[in-house]
Amino acid sequence: MTAEFAVELRDVVKKFITPEGNSLNAVDHVTMQIKNGEFFSMLGSSGCGKTTSLRMIAGFEWPTEGEVYIEGKAMGHLPPFQRKVNTVFQSYALFQHLTVFQNIAFGLEMEGADKSEIEKRVKHVLEMVQLTGMERRKPKQLSGGQQQRVAVARALVKVPDVLLLDEPLGALDLKLRKEMQLELKALQQQLGITFVYVTHDQEEAMTMSDRIAVMSKGKVQQMGHPVEIYERPANKFVADFIGESNFLDGKIKSLSKEEAVVFIPAWNTEITGLPVSPGLVNGEEVTVSIRPEKVLISDQTLNQNSFKGKVTNTVYIGTDTHVYTDVMGKRVKVLEQNRISRLDPGSFYTIGQDVNLVMMFENVLVLKKE
Amino acid sequence: MNPHRRHPFIFSSAILVYIFLYAPIIVLILFSFNASRANITFEGFIPTFSERTVMEGSVVKASPCGPFHWFCELAKDDDVIEAAGNTLTIAFISTLISTIIGTMAALALQRYEFKLKPFSQLSLYIPIVIPEIVMGIGILTLFSQLFGVINNGLGLSGDSRLSMGISTVIVSHIAFSVPFVTLVVQARLQGFDKSYEEAAMDLGANEWTTFRRVTFPMILPGVLSGGLLAFTLSLDDFVITFFTNGPGSTTLPIYVYGLLRRIITPQVNALSTVWILTIFSAVLLLQWVQSREAKH
Repeated sequence: MTAEFAVELRDVVKKFITPEGNSLNAVDHVTMQIKNGEFFSMLGSSGCGKTTSLRMIAGFEWPTEGEVYIEGKAMGHLPPFQRKVNTVFQSYALFQHLTVFQNIAFGLEMEGADKSEIEKRVKHVLEMVQLTGMERRKPKQLSGGQQQRVAVARALVKVPDVLLLDEPLGALDLKLRKEMQLELKALQQQLGITFVYVTHDQEEAMTMSDRIAVMSKGKVQQMGHPVEIYERPANKFVADFIGESNFLDGKIKSLSKEEAVVFIPAWNTEITGLPVSPGLVNGEEVTVSIRPEKVLISDQTLNQNSFKGKVTNTVYIGTDTHVYTDVMGKRVKVLEQNRISRLDPGSFYTIGQDVNLVMMFENVLVLKKE
Repeated sequence: MNPHRRHPFIFSSAILVYIFLYAPIIVLILFSFNASRANITFEGFIPTFSERTVMEGSVVKASPCGPFHWFCELAKDDDVIEAAGNTLTIAFISTLISTIIGTMAALALQRYEFKLKPFSQLSLYIPIVIPEIVMGIGILTLFSQLFGVINNGLGLSGDSRLSMGISTVIVSHIAFSVPFVTLVVQARLQGFDKSYEEAAMDLGANEWTTFRRVTFPMILPGVLSGGLLAFTLSLDDFVITFFTNGPGSTTLPIYVYGLLRRIITPQVNALSTVWILTIFSAVLLLQWVQSREAKH
């Protein structure tokens, strides 16, 4: 592992021909650098190009343009069996006619490892995924979670430079999925192998990743640490896709190094003290974004960014209460944590109640209009 | 009212179906033990064993084989043995080749896109829907024209002239079996996820190893079903064999047909009984293999 990056995609394009005969860029000029030992996730909804990108790293697809590098070496049209990466498939793709042992041993046999070494390494990797004693079972005799572990073991036994995981937890129920997320992360840290993980589940990506690439329409929308992506989304798509946001249309009234002042036509008011993000131009139409948990319902006017609203609906979901308010014709969602155990429904907001909403200026983001 | 109670109509129609399907077979088997040489009425089983066959009119009173008299007669009949040998040779060779070709065709149709794919798919059904007699005449015409051209063109004479025989039967059996094998294997491939092959390659197997270690074992049940279908089709084919056989390539169906034109002795029934039992055990064997496969 001498190369700077475990995986690098340089200006990669993958064109597909749709059944109607049109050409479609499934992956559209994607460049990304994945560091050695990193847990890297590609996050996006179906059709965003994340799986195609992963398949190009694995060698199941070849880029139409651009180049994929693994450990600094250009991959070109190298077939999957000549790349030092291994894949955990969404469907697991366990060989149904082989036992757990034979499934895991398959990759080692292909390397020409001798019998005693195969036995040693299979035993070791089975211990790692806590499946000791299951060697003789067939995949059909295992639960979903166990099959998933076999799929991981089968790929890890090869000691790849990079492990590729294509929505490996998608078929598991929520509780097991959360458990496996932590387990996979622990495994990755213990082994120090680079993981490239594809998922459409933002919480999953947040839980495990060192860095996330948010993808849409074949392009990388933003790449960064989970905190960065949540707190400083690069554009409206990311702000909307990751978590929830209240969006308001506005126009930049004035711009200085320290703050931006944005005029909100719907409220006929100016919001001051907003953080300045690079690339904004004075007078530009923008979208103002604020997360529901960062709006406070308070009697105190903490600064001038406070607004009168009316409660239109409340939804109690146990951990939080979602309060929907109407502020001069615009819906603003507020998320309040239920930090105090209360049973009396009367202690919550009632519909029609007047409330004072406070938006701390450092929590409000100014994004380029799309 | 018990909703699961058998409806009398459903029950009786099931019984009728079984009678019409199996009664002829049972009668046929029963008559292979008939004491009477004239195979019209059942004169009872042959009662005793003896050194030599004892006949009373057309009724066998005693035989070295006892009730199995007609089976022994069958075994002594060189023509039957030769026909059975031909039938099995043709069935084995044509099954082997048509299963290989049919499986390859199914794989190609599943994984590749090409211009003539819809045509190829459709052309699979043509030999199935076309009347067999039309196909038989077609193949006969093709072979005789082809052989004529080759024989005259190369100036062949005597024994070296190409003529109808066991190889023409094999070729024609392969021709009509391939579509059946392809369709059966295709049905099996419907549920075959290509990620199995990708997983094998991902783990370091090249294309050939992937086929040998993963694809083939996984589609094997389909290939076996297709092969069995081809085997039974070949075993009992009459029409096409009738048009394409020649001297020395008589098969069992052709031979039985020849016997029928003379006299029907219980020997024909004995032959049919052996034949049915053979096919029946082959089917049972396959069922057993497949159920074992499913359990694991």
